[in-house]
Amino acid sequence: MSNIGSYEKRVKDFNWSISEKELGYKEGDVLNIGWYCSDRICQMGKANKPALIWEGLGEKKSSYTFNDVRLASNTIGAFLKKIGVKNEDRVCLFLDKIPELYLGFIGILKIGAIAQPLFSAFGDESLHVRLENAETTVIITQRKHVAKVRKIKDKLPHLKHTIIVDHDGKKPLREGEMIFSLKEETPVEELEIFPTKAESPSVLHYTSGTTGQPKGVKHVHYSLIGQYLTTKWVLDLKDNDIYWCTADPGWVTGTSYGIIGPWSLGVTQCVLDTGFSAEAWYKFMEKHKVTVWYSAPTAIRSLMKAGDEVITKYDLSPLRHLASVGEPLNSEAVIWSKKVFGKHFLDTYWQTETGAIMLTNFPGMKVKPGSMGKPFPGITATVLDPKSFEPVGEPGKIGLIAFKPGWPSMMRTYWNNEDTFKAKFVNDWYLSGDRASIDKEGYYWFVGRDDDVINTGGHLVSPFEVESALLEHEAVAESAVVAKPDEVNMEVVKAFVVIKPGFEPSEELELKIMNFIRKKLSPLAMPQETEYVDSLPKTRSGKIMRRLLHAKEWGEEIGDTSTLEDEE
Amino acid sequence: MEDIKKTVLEYVIEEYLEDEDEELTYDTPLISGGIVDSFSMVSLKRFLESKYKISIPDDKATPEAFDSVDKIYELVKEFVKA
Repeated sequence: MSNIGSYEKRVKDFNWSISEKELGYKEGDVLNIGWYCSDRICQMGKANKPALIWEGLGEKKSSYTFNDVRLASNTIGAFLKKIGVKNEDRVCLFLDKIPELYLGFIGILKIGAIAQPLFSAFGDESLHVRLENAETTVIITQRKHVAKVRKIKDKLPHLKHTIIVDHDGKKPLREGEMIFSLKEETPVEELEIFPTKAESPSVLHYTSGTTGQPKGVKHVHYSLIGQYLTTKWVLDLKDNDIYWCTADPGWVTGTSYGIIGPWSLGVTQCVLDTGFSAEAWYKFMEKHKVTVWYSAPTAIRSLMKAGDEVITKYDLSPLRHLASVGEPLNSEAVIWSKKVFGKHFLDTYWQTETGAIMLTNFPGMKVKPGSMGKPFPGITATVLDPKSFEPVGEPGKIGLIAFKPGWPSMMRTYWNNEDTFKAKFVNDWYLSGDRASIDKEGYYWFVGRDDDVINTGGHLVSPFEVESALLEHEAVAESAVVAKPDEVNMEVVKAFVVIKPGFEPSEELELKIMNFIRKKLSPLAMPQETEYVDSLPKTRSGKIMRRLLHAKEWGEEIGDTSTLEDEE
Repeated sequence: MEDIKKTVLEYVIEEYLEDEDEELTYDTPLISGGIVDSFSMVSLKRFLESKYKISIPDDKATPEAFDSVDKIYELVKEFVKA
């Protein structure tokens, strides 16, 4: 029997107080996610239960009980307080998927500071804009990433401390840098938990839009109410499960469902901090007897490419529930997973801004491969007509995916960007920026983005950000960046580039441009193809018409270009 | 041919290795070791194709085939010969 039981009954009887009651929370109480994910679980008698089973490169491994998580997060929290971190200060976690990332996240929340996890493959420019916008005061990182911090530190007046968690003492530290070693610190038994309330800020995740710089999505401690219940009902986690969420906590899935969800339920989770390899993944799942697996379409398609034979070498029989997030999961992948694992991968849909799962396929629900499923109980969803912003009200008709505001884990604002936040709401609907249709049975079917944002491997890349960075390359006079179809990642970045006089188009230059963007922004933002052009299509006012270039890449009808040239 | 190994090793160190203290050898795992991610593999493939004037088909450019300098060497050798 699944945790959700009957979907229809849950929808009929639903109230978010179900989650509040299970968590023992009443309106006005102190609500601190860090405490809920560690101390509370210990108080429930699970102090010695494994919370984190971790494996890294070079056969490194470690494991932590819930009591270890409690002590380690206390220790990190106490250290941060000692160096002057106060509630609501932004503390960036710029780490690979090492234990300090997970433990540090809990420690930051416990002292009432705001956790700002950032993907460790970000280049220095991507790091800079996010730290500058958040006015981050402390960054916690590793030796291997500290060079990127050093490169931008002088441009960040708010950044007081750089904490290095794996410094071996061999090379000198620079001003503002300090060493923190969890192994060498005396564990802190008692830490005063900061009395955060429901609306106290908790996590700041950055996401990309079509225009402007990345936006800091502000979440609050009350998000726990949504994350707890969606984890329980959608991911179906039970007390004896071994759970593996493959997402990096630099992105929202890695915190909502890679830390908060499982630990607030007191469930054991595994983390593998190595690069992708089908064999390594299956071996890891076999070794730890993983029962619930939450992954992403890009990874699933990469596993499909690796073939079915490799799976037969491993005993994956404990697997009982599979779910996916990031971009739409194609029907072939859903059918393939049933064939090779005996279970469908169930697609889930949500965003950094929603904080928790919004549309999903539930355990026990009829699977329609390729569909996003139905709204989570308590979520009012629809698709809106793009002109009137009224629900389309007709099965199969395409519109904008929208949600009625008010669910617990909804973002509260974009950091220092209230105007952009307000622009996400029309007619009292939150606009997701994605398009879909709803069939006669109420299942949602993804169609595509409603803007120019590129979804590559489940991560959003802003064409504006890539174009801005390209302009800093010595050979680039002008550029336009669009999505290009890709078999594994759904979309990848393609750049159309006008080069400056004195430079010649060549393969070598293309490679230099690729590496320039990879290091400056991130590997995700790196153009996987560069096309040299003499000029870019523009409106009369000089705005680049990405839409024409996008249509060309996707083999779509370009339409009447004379009309488009008048577009503003 | 041995030069290929040396050239690729130097290129990977120069372009992809973030930790200057980390030692990279011919058999260090690159993809499964997290030094080169699946997105960056595209730029490494482009380097090999440009440098050695070869074309590596996508079905040969797998994470396994790119997982160490030794393995990359074997792959490149196949196409340089052809």
